[in-house]
Amino acid sequence: MGANSVEFGFFLFFAVVAVASALVVVIARSPVHSALALMVSLVQVAALFILLGSPFLAVIQIFVYVGAVMVLFLFVIMMLDVRKAARVRFLRGRTVVPTLVVLVLLGAEMLILLLGSERFPASAAGGEGAFGTGTLKELSTTLFTDYLFPFEVTSVILLVALVGAIVLARSEAD
Amino acid sequence: MVPLSMYLALGAALFIIGVAGVLLRRNVLIVLMSLELMLNSVNVNLVAFSSYLGDFRGQIVAIFVIAITASEVAIALGILVALMRNKATLDVVDVTIMKG
Repeated sequence: MGANSVEFGFFLFFAVVAVASALVVVIARSPVHSALALMVSLVQVAALFILLGSPFLAVIQIFVYVGAVMVLFLFVIMMLDVRKAARVRFLRGRTVVPTLVVLVLLGAEMLILLLGSERFPASAAGGEGAFGTGTLKELSTTLFTDYLFPFEVTSVILLVALVGAIVLARSEAD
Repeated sequence: MVPLSMYLALGAALFIIGVAGVLLRRNVLIVLMSLELMLNSVNVNLVAFSSYLGDFRGQIVAIFVIAITASEVAIALGILVALMRNKATLDVVDVTIMKG
């Protein structure tokens, strides 16, 4: 019962933060704030993947989405409309109180996780073997045998995207 | 365990927020980010079903979705940079040069 309610609490926390930051993505006036909120939302979804017992996908999510895609977004925002976007403030008026609230919440979360980590059993999330090598081994075996052809097609698509992005973004002069 | 319906509800909520962003916002960058949100909600559903049915093929499809999303973003932002060079606007309403 204890592990269950802990898992449910974590699910609620991650889900609420994911939905709230997704709303910020749509509502925020500046694309920079949207990008940062999208980053928060994607990290929460990565945490949900861990709750669902697929840590590999969580790592991929962090690497590809938060690492590559969001940096690409921020880079293009910087290239395109940095002057307009950088001037818009996220909160108008006094910002000290909201900042303090967020800091206190994050600090409390860190403290709870640090002090109570030995009470959370690692196998509580996603059933047995979720964090072991078994699932990952099966996953990669299936990926490289039954899904080998889609895997190769994906690599070709990535190559085409790479070349296409370079061709599109190149200036006409050279 | 958290019931499967909660994960599906979360995926649906994220998807609806993404659709709202695509339909309501006029900034191209935010429309693209809302697309990311929609694709990500699909991944939530895929991984939730994969976990609850004990079948990791859902995770494999999610890996493919992530890879295709990365290439989509690269191409879309390349088109955006090329577009900005010709027409200095980020507003989707102003971009009608491909109209027949």
